[in-house]
Amino acid sequence: MSIETTKKFNIDTVENAAKTPDTELPWAELGLKRNEFDEIVKVLGRRPTGAELAMYSVMWSEHCSYKSSKNHLRQFGEKVTDEMKKDMLVGIGENAGVTNLGDGWAVTFKIESHNSPSFVEPYQGAATGIGGIVRDIISMGARPVAVMDPLRFGAIDHPDTARVMHGAVAGIGGYGNCLGLPNIGGEMVFDSVYQGNPLVNALAVGVMRHEDIRLANASGKGNKVVLFGARTGGDGIGGASVLASESFDDTKPSKRPAVQVGDPFAEKVLIECCLELFKGSLVEGIQDLGAAGISCATSELASNGDGGMEVELTSVLLRDPTLTPGEILMSESQERMMAVVTPENIAAFEAVMDKWAVEYSWLGEVTDTGRLIITWEGEVIVDVDPRTVAHDGPVYDRPYARPEWQDAVQADVFTGSVQDAGRPSTPAEMSAAVTELVASPNMCDKSWITNQYDRYVGGNTSMAFPDDAGVVRVDEETGLGVALATDANGRYTYLDPYHGAQLALAEAYRNVATSGAVPMAVSDCLNFGSPEDPDVMWQLAEAIRGLSDACMVLGIPVTGGNVSLYNQTGTTPIHPSPVVAVLGKLDDVARRTPSGWREDGQAIYLLGTTAAELDGSEWSNLRGHLGGLPPKVDLAAERALGEILINASRDGMIDAAHDLSEGGLAAALVESSLRYGVGARIALEELQERDGVDLFTALFSESQGRAIVAVPRSEEVRFKDMCTARGFAHLRIGVVDAAGGKLEINGVDALSLDELREAHEATLPKYFG
Amino acid sequence: MTDLPLIGEAAAVAAHASGARGLAGARIGVVTFPGTLDDRDAARAVRLAGGTPVPLWHADTQLGDVDAVVIPGGFSYGDYLRAGAIARFAPLMSKIIDAANSDAKLPVLGICNGFQILTESHLLPGSMIKNDHLKFICRDQVLRVENNSTDWTGDYDAGQEITIPLKNQDGQYIADEKTLDALEAEGRVVFRYVGFNPNGSRRDIAGISNSAGNVVGLMPHPEHAVEVGFGPGSGLSGSAGNGGTDTDGLGFFTSVLNKLVGGAK
Repeated sequence: MSIETTKKFNIDTVENAAKTPDTELPWAELGLKRNEFDEIVKVLGRRPTGAELAMYSVMWSEHCSYKSSKNHLRQFGEKVTDEMKKDMLVGIGENAGVTNLGDGWAVTFKIESHNSPSFVEPYQGAATGIGGIVRDIISMGARPVAVMDPLRFGAIDHPDTARVMHGAVAGIGGYGNCLGLPNIGGEMVFDSVYQGNPLVNALAVGVMRHEDIRLANASGKGNKVVLFGARTGGDGIGGASVLASESFDDTKPSKRPAVQVGDPFAEKVLIECCLELFKGSLVEGIQDLGAAGISCATSELASNGDGGMEVELTSVLLRDPTLTPGEILMSESQERMMAVVTPENIAAFEAVMDKWAVEYSWLGEVTDTGRLIITWEGEVIVDVDPRTVAHDGPVYDRPYARPEWQDAVQADVFTGSVQDAGRPSTPAEMSAAVTELVASPNMCDKSWITNQYDRYVGGNTSMAFPDDAGVVRVDEETGLGVALATDANGRYTYLDPYHGAQLALAEAYRNVATSGAVPMAVSDCLNFGSPEDPDVMWQLAEAIRGLSDACMVLGIPVTGGNVSLYNQTGTTPIHPSPVVAVLGKLDDVARRTPSGWREDGQAIYLLGTTAAELDGSEWSNLRGHLGGLPPKVDLAAERALGEILINASRDGMIDAAHDLSEGGLAAALVESSLRYGVGARIALEELQERDGVDLFTALFSESQGRAIVAVPRSEEVRFKDMCTARGFAHLRIGVVDAAGGKLEINGVDALSLDELREAHEATLPKYFG
Repeated sequence: MTDLPLIGEAAAVAAHASGARGLAGARIGVVTFPGTLDDRDAARAVRLAGGTPVPLWHADTQLGDVDAVVIPGGFSYGDYLRAGAIARFAPLMSKIIDAANSDAKLPVLGICNGFQILTESHLLPGSMIKNDHLKFICRDQVLRVENNSTDWTGDYDAGQEITIPLKNQDGQYIADEKTLDALEAEGRVVFRYVGFNPNGSRRDIAGISNSAGNVVGLMPHPEHAVEVGFGPGSGLSGSAGNGGTDTDGLGFFTSVLNKLVGGAK
């Protein structure tokens, strides 16, 4: 297991650094600011070595240190009630949070971004996004059981969108399918604001027994540190060329790919191998290697443990023997893990590695010095307090202010605008409008994408896209399972970041409850522009404040997530896009509620009330308008609606439920009808009368806190009584009609399901083949 | 022997005491290669059909005490070379090949990657190449059972249409015309795609057998259609259910079990 070092480097040792304080270092090229470099010198009491500089530069980057968002993210930890803590086993700060499912089961989930790599190289960027989030889940001791992918791309008809779409979808499929993880849902939004900054977010969920929870720390003097999985290569090194000064020769490639290349087979083997290690209790601490690679793993393991760590860097197995120490420390090669193993377990650990044919190398051991020491052929090249690398990075209180343009945007309402001219009113126009809506890029059928993902593997998928939430069984004996949904609405959040973020949470919460599951925990992926722009920083601050406030009302904690900043082209940022994932629990997945109705004659009820809320809606989007205020948020109503949907599912009072969100009632009625190809007859006069809205508003408004449900005749009285007892607005708006093959709405020309399906399904194939 | 990591899975049904040859006494091996994905699903299918699943590890040099073998789907060795091309050289495969060709005619079912491994092993003729549309496809697929006299199809009616999931990247079955003609003539086309050919397979072939009928391979996944609430009848795929039930695939596993205990119809 030794490596042959064919190159001699001009190693910049700690000793050398102390002797040569005036050596020029490429801190600016590595992305550090002057004040940050000065801080490193102050922390160390001398200039950093080249290797130390590499470590600090990646660990103090925005991506790893959260330096712009940390001050705001604190609210997720501070605004926590007892109700929110009840089921939390591991909170924010670890690789992923862990929630108690009962019966000795625990679940861990997290959502992350892989945005920039997915724009540069969509296939590998999206693929390694899956790989990274799955390793976070394994690091907690869990078996990954499903993935999801919220995607946001540029305009559907822009030529570059096809490049990103084909690459990202194939990458997610190519990697995820090969891991044996069902892909159970996600989102697909097209908007030109994402043209140069597509958002590729990835969520993974895993389950474990309570006793299997693992944390990333290195404890116990004398315990061994091991790196295993793929070899370390030159991929994923951002600023590699500037480190060429470490090398004697300059014949090596000066530009290495900054995007990592994935090997899903290696990851699949790594999953099984890690689970076998956990089962045998063969590791004391474990950490995946993602952003910042070995720099991150060594400094985090060491600083979370109770001592220090000593590592010999030449023991790292390399794909490319010409890598310099700094490059090895910064490399983001995929499919690698670092673990801490007691001396007694070494043989058993090696037996597991050999069984799965996984390469490994012993790098060093845990010490009690409180220092992270990295050597190169015995010479000390890093000697730092690991906390200063991993946790004590710079924190910025970036200036932020409500943008000057915000008032004007909010004043520009859709109703009566130029774009609102010729609003549909005749039955024929209404019918055409419904068809146009469900064929539009954001509302159309997404099976062109989801059919490229394996949703069956594992045999535990109980629901998947296009139902409101993905549902996976955890325990075969009891049927215990989890439901997951992700949501975001960049348009709402642009109009009002505080409430827009809350609307994302409310929708994900509603989706989970609609499936019949009890919402338990939140993970968020905050995709924003540059924090150095006070307008964007305000959007970020408002979104975090909104989310953390809303979590308190809904009683569910944020257990982890990720912040992705600098998503902007030039000075134009993306819409603020906080993608919110909610995880819920089903005591028996057999009770889950699908989004489509099937039984002829069942009553269709609309829960909640409808106001004239078209600003930011999909309809206004279709007409090229964005202004006004997003729909009102009423979190207490969301909670009440959730309880009704969950109880109705548990007590068998409903056979179908679908939440109302983008596209309003019109979209929901079409989707519930197309789900199983069973139509309905709908009359909205009573609704219009009760809520004081016209037919168009009833169909296209995006008022929140609403859902439609199909109720068996035998359950109608009980269902109505429950809604009445809870004081929740409910109205019978129609009946399931299995024979007609149509969706009939009074005042709207009848919509043939065949024609609706054709329009709904044709859009993505038309643009993407 | 490997121990399948069974998170999310009920304990295997206890095998009957030795000597008893009830269904649970029939032991069906499920092979795991590095990169195998559907091994837990195949084991569950065996159990739900009433048999006892036995985990087999690719590196094992003995087949052990099993009455039949399922080679499940996945991406063995990543399928970076031709799908199944490396797996066929596993020590266990030579034992399976010998047992399948022996007088005892060990029943062997290859699903998806397992089918690809069987063609690479020359237990079955032909080969699989990339889908004609070049994309991975996951859908609920209607198949017609063309031959119900194999070890794995005895519980179906001849001509019966079943719906089971299909999911693959390299599922286009090809062979030369002579081989295809021979397969047709000998009744060795066991399953055909109905309504939609999802990958460009020659003559809509979804699955074939060897001449003795003990070795069957197919691209779709019967092990994903064995349990109510988790199969195609629940409309998991696409925007509408394609009909069928959730359990159309269970017959593969009951067929072999009934044959093994002598209860075949």
